[in-house]
Amino acid sequence: MASAAVPRRGMFARPTAKTGVWGWVTTVDHKKIGIMYGVTAFVFFILGGLEALAIRTQLAAPNQETLSADVYNQFFTMHGLTMIFLVVMPMGTALMNYFIPLMIGARDVAFPRLNALSYWVFLFGGLFLYSSFFLGGAPDGGWFGYAPLSTELPGPGMTFYAVGLQILGVASIAGAVNFIVTIINMRAPGMTFMRLPVFIWMTLVTSFLLLFALPVIAVALFQLMFDRVYEANFFNPAAGGDPLLWQHLFWLFGHPEVYIMILPAMGIVSDILPTFARKPIFGYAAIVFAGIAIGFMGWGVWAHHMFTSGLGPVANSAFALSTMFIAVPTGIKIFNWLGTLWGGDIRFTTPLLFAVGFVAMFVIGGLSGVTHSIVPHDAQQHDTYYVVAHFHYVLFGGAIFGIFAGLYYWWPKVFGRLLSEGLGKLHFWLMIIGFNLAFGPMHIYGLQGMPRRIYTYPDGMGWNFWNLVSTIGAFAIALSVLVFLGNVIVSRRRGEIAGADPWDGRTLEWSIPSPPPEYNFAEIPIVKRRDDWWYTKYTETPEGVPTPVHTGGVDVDDEDEDPGRHIHLPDPSYFPIVAAAGLPVTGYGVIYENPVLIAAGLVVTLLGLFGWVLEPSAEEGH
Amino acid sequence: MRIPNRVRNRTPLALAVAAAAFLGSACAEQAPQDVLAPEGWYAEKADDLWNLVFPIAVVIFFIVQALLIYALVRFRHRPGREAQQFHGNTKLEVVLTAIPALILAGIAVPTVRTVFELTNEPTENVLNVTVKAHRFWWEYQYPDLGLVTANELHIPTGQPVRVRLEGIPTDRVDSTAQVIHAFWVPRLAGKQDVVPGRVNYITLEADEPGIYAGQCTEFCGLGHAEMRLRVIAHDPEAFDEWARDLAEPASAPTDSLAREGERLFNEGQFPNGPPCVACHAVDATYEAGNEPQQAGPNLADFANRDTFAAAIFENTEENLAPWLRDPNAVKEGARMPALGLSEDQIRALIAYLQTLE
Amino acid sequence: MAAHGAAAAVHDEQHHSSTGVDNTKMAMWAFLGSECLFFGSLISTYLLYRNRVLDGPRPHEIYDIPYTSVSSFVLLMSSLTMVLALAAIQRRDMRGCRIWLLATAMLGMIFIGGQIYEFTTFVEEGLKLSTSTFGSSFFVMTGFHGAHVTVGIFMLLALFGMSMFGRLDDADGPRKVELIGLYWHFVDIVWIVIFTVVYLVPTN
Repeated sequence: MASAAVPRRGMFARPTAKTGVWGWVTTVDHKKIGIMYGVTAFVFFILGGLEALAIRTQLAAPNQETLSADVYNQFFTMHGLTMIFLVVMPMGTALMNYFIPLMIGARDVAFPRLNALSYWVFLFGGLFLYSSFFLGGAPDGGWFGYAPLSTELPGPGMTFYAVGLQILGVASIAGAVNFIVTIINMRAPGMTFMRLPVFIWMTLVTSFLLLFALPVIAVALFQLMFDRVYEANFFNPAAGGDPLLWQHLFWLFGHPEVYIMILPAMGIVSDILPTFARKPIFGYAAIVFAGIAIGFMGWGVWAHHMFTSGLGPVANSAFALSTMFIAVPTGIKIFNWLGTLWGGDIRFTTPLLFAVGFVAMFVIGGLSGVTHSIVPHDAQQHDTYYVVAHFHYVLFGGAIFGIFAGLYYWWPKVFGRLLSEGLGKLHFWLMIIGFNLAFGPMHIYGLQGMPRRIYTYPDGMGWNFWNLVSTIGAFAIALSVLVFLGNVIVSRRRGEIAGADPWDGRTLEWSIPSPPPEYNFAEIPIVKRRDDWWYTKYTETPEGVPTPVHTGGVDVDDEDEDPGRHIHLPDPSYFPIVAAAGLPVTGYGVIYENPVLIAAGLVVTLLGLFGWVLEPSAEEGH
Repeated sequence: MRIPNRVRNRTPLALAVAAAAFLGSACAEQAPQDVLAPEGWYAEKADDLWNLVFPIAVVIFFIVQALLIYALVRFRHRPGREAQQFHGNTKLEVVLTAIPALILAGIAVPTVRTVFELTNEPTENVLNVTVKAHRFWWEYQYPDLGLVTANELHIPTGQPVRVRLEGIPTDRVDSTAQVIHAFWVPRLAGKQDVVPGRVNYITLEADEPGIYAGQCTEFCGLGHAEMRLRVIAHDPEAFDEWARDLAEPASAPTDSLAREGERLFNEGQFPNGPPCVACHAVDATYEAGNEPQQAGPNLADFANRDTFAAAIFENTEENLAPWLRDPNAVKEGARMPALGLSEDQIRALIAYLQTLE
Repeated sequence: MAAHGAAAAVHDEQHHSSTGVDNTKMAMWAFLGSECLFFGSLISTYLLYRNRVLDGPRPHEIYDIPYTSVSSFVLLMSSLTMVLALAAIQRRDMRGCRIWLLATAMLGMIFIGGQIYEFTTFVEEGLKLSTSTFGSSFFVMTGFHGAHVTVGIFMLLALFGMSMFGRLDDADGPRKVELIGLYWHFVDIVWIVIFTVVYLVPTN
């Protein structure tokens, strides 16, 4: 494991720590970075959940005064920002980070230090955003920040929004570049594109979506920032500024963004269902191409968020059609998941339950989404709780359930121990029941005319009963999350030892020990077919029945004590966290209109980048 | 996973009861903003599309969930079970792709047709109304009648009312940019945004006289939840009478308290602000080309309004007094300042307001 | 010795790329793809707003086309010197590479100097960021372009410095120069688009 003589030159000597706090701070190992992403995202999940509970408490009955309008507006804004940018996206990134190299047969991602930078920028960006609560008020203009409200709202809140999201965007673009190059360029020999697990395909599409969508919102956020801080006129109607420009730019990002959130979860489900049905994914090519189609078509639907803005009947009709037709590739995936279960030998483990829950809930969300495309009726649904129901079904019932499926599925690989099945099933049932109690009724009171983003509502509207049910459901969800946390704690010591392949899996990550050694693979595998690991364990009889191969299933407990001793891995590095640290400093400089802070942050980042480029290379990146 | 018999037997009943409750509550009587109970032509056209699409969605829902549950039950692991190792079925996949596409095409045609139908400008017997959205109240101008009012929009039944949603660029209180609002009266029509610097249109047509509730449905800041409105539809003769009444100036108050209130309204010296007339007019008439520019709602015929402060309070003395004392304390984000009125002044002003009819 | 040989084999294996394209080059192309959307959004905003001038000068009242043509030519020439720098290092002419890198950086600095002069002139003539939607969109768009050129200049000077310390002498040197070259050419192409769309195309 010790690297060959690495030249040490004064301050640029690379750190060597692999354990302890310093080991985590300077790590460039994708597995450690994945764990950090996951833990951090989970903490934000708790924070976003607490915001949701506060919202639901306030709305449990009419005319409540638990939260003032001011506090409520901050809470619903931060709930949205947190769940989207600080939970679903980074949780997906955590799993992508850990498992892309393992599933394609690589030792790390293409740019390990850039990977570390992405994590630290994410952490600092999230902390920066949350610091706003203590520094004059959190963003309160909604996660979608429509101008001119977002340019006009007093206080620093919406400037934290503009700057904070920019910082987070840097992390995501860097991650997207990293994953694209990794997947395209670092596959093991024989791992052709059509042999890649569906999860990897979905990650590739997601990364391209990030690459092209984030710059658009970056422009919008810069324009918002210039309007707020430097008196520009981008969204100033009195100077001819057009509020719809914000909406177009935002939703050009915003719609691909929802596919960014759902595709990784779809990929996870596409790898879990075959494993627990013990048969291949039904229609691999169709699922892959449907994912690619969704990626492309997702660029053509953005104005369905603007049906009531006055775009005119031609534009509205065009976007209605494109929105309807994006249901087609989505439907392909759902039928193919059903086809995967069909004829299988289904084992009801927790990961399978969450994957099935995903399919069931996503169908509901998808159907309500299609009803949104009926433009004249969307004029009734838009900005009501009916929409809130729709996106929670696809983002919670979809993305979050998919993520939990992935967590339960891959937990044994990461930590070497299985999570408790009993607690896992309790978590699942409590969560799916609580989820439907919370969000199902929103379809009803949305259609009964309850708008979104209102901190209170009067009596006599017909909304009281179902709002109370929603609140109860929300607390049930919270309880289920506590069950998950309990499972995590209990399983640390008492979880069943997993071994390399606890689920009798199909993909390469199950061919190495749990947890994997730092170098992942002692020998880079030669891939002969899709689901190659499965076929090293099983061959098919003429009747199509899998039978174990006698010499299959590589014994991963090597006789060689340290099979990785010849493998050179990149050394850790200080400079990603240094470079990342400059960004929030510049951010605070913008908030406080302090040019010294702005410059100081840029200098810190520049120094970090110089050190990065100049530090002794350790077979890193090239 | 063995499902106990008693659960299996009672589950269909439980599901049926739940479904009935779910759907039944959707027809709640006390739901003034119920989208599923349209009472105007435009809302009815949208509802027609819903009545086409929703049942299709429900059927698809049941089919897919049934297939899912069936697969899970039928193909669950039992000792000796072997999974069938098929990779796909191209013909099935093509058919299952084509069917949704055809269904969607079937939905698309009436949708697009209705989109164009609803955007067509009515030509016969149209009443024009201009809506301007403020933080956090609604201004209505009737250009054909030269009248302006606020928050409660009166319209005649049986006649299309062409609503011009005019997004004013700046806020009249502090000249900052105005924000986007959306005008929505669910039982009469779908919503449209009021975008600063732009003009949008909807058409309202009420079948029956009555009161139709609505509210702002584009997040606009602190007062968003309390920016509500009412549309009050009258028979055509009753509407004409209302309009005539509005145009007529209120008779001068005879009661001494009300007279004092009138004096305060026009010339009062208050600790925290100018007299009421600086922001509120009591004359509803205006001339074309000289549209009203007051920062606050027009108060002509105030005494005849059911509600005030953007339809959030009943128009009673119990509600007016706290409002006049400190508007922000009862409506967070209200732009009207707490003028520092004494209790006597409040009583006088209320007496005056009650003479405005 | 055997261990070192094995290590070298592993080393090579790690640098194997599935497509034959180097990782950093692929990364740069991906990043530049992202930048296309970035500048595309800025330019689209400008196109929307350039004729909405309620206050202050209009575009063609204030543009000095001959002046901007000269600075555009300067930037164009810098792409030529960049190509020459890469050609030099590819034939191991380190001194030549350094000269052409420096020339590229200096031409870039002249361009930036010209931009700064243009901006200050516009401000004096009544066009500021806060003047109109035209002013806002013009300065933000060209300002971000200028910032990108500035970052490029930093990277060119860094390459120059690395070369002085012999850090471009190995087989990997040309790759690093090519990488910065890709970025520099992209920034130049963006300017060509901006110059055409913003300055040359007449507005009403």
